[in-house]
Amino acid sequence: MTNHASTVTVKYFARLREHLGIDTEQLAIAEQSRVSDVLATLSRRGGPWQELDSDRPLLVAVNQAMAKTSTTLADGDEVAFFPPVTGG
Amino acid sequence: MVIIQTNDFDHAAQYQALRAAGPTTGAVATFTGLVRDFGDQSQVSGLFLEHYPGMTERVIEDLIRQASQRWDVQAVRVIHRVGELALGDQIVFVGVSSAHRGDAFAACQFIMDALKTTAPFWKKELAADGDHWVEQKDSDLEQAQQWQDDTP
Repeated sequence: MTNHASTVTVKYFARLREHLGIDTEQLAIAEQSRVSDVLATLSRRGGPWQELDSDRPLLVAVNQAMAKTSTTLADGDEVAFFPPVTGG
Repeated sequence: MVIIQTNDFDHAAQYQALRAAGPTTGAVATFTGLVRDFGDQSQVSGLFLEHYPGMTERVIEDLIRQASQRWDVQAVRVIHRVGELALGDQIVFVGVSSAHRGDAFAACQFIMDALKTTAPFWKKELAADGDHWVEQKDSDLEQAQQWQDDTP
């Protein structure tokens, strides 16, 4: 991970936001990074972040549309992680 | 029309807006969701509703587009409240006007069922012995899934 060519905004919501103690941050990523790469980077922070590498259900949106861990990210993208939704 | 707000809403005013098009409207179907005591934890005093500003509106607007392609729909109004709510409070409104009742009923239920499983809202129960985030229900997923199989 030497080529930090891109920056993405990462957002966290609901139980995950409280668990991690943060709602948004800027993250430098290598070109052609996928959502799964971001999750691996974040979970390596240890402590509460290890949950991102667990079996606990986690949804991801890229640029405010549902995405997959295989989705490739570009500079300026907005990535959001959150638990299954419970509105209505 | 999609509105996310902390304030309460006036059901009668929403209904009047849905029939404003005049005599081409033959049916108005409305659904109102209320804050219910889930009963899975004692002493629940209310709810806190969080959402993902921007994405929430996009998801619901897309559901309205899907409903308009599938059924004969004239107007759709969706209001969802966020923030702190008490037991019994109004939480969500879905209203659909159409020439015919079948289309109004179906579109209203489709939007509500799909909203529950795809719109980024999260409920936290507020209780004297500790707050906790509500888990997604399998029954809600199954209810939304049926619209994938049905043809109108």
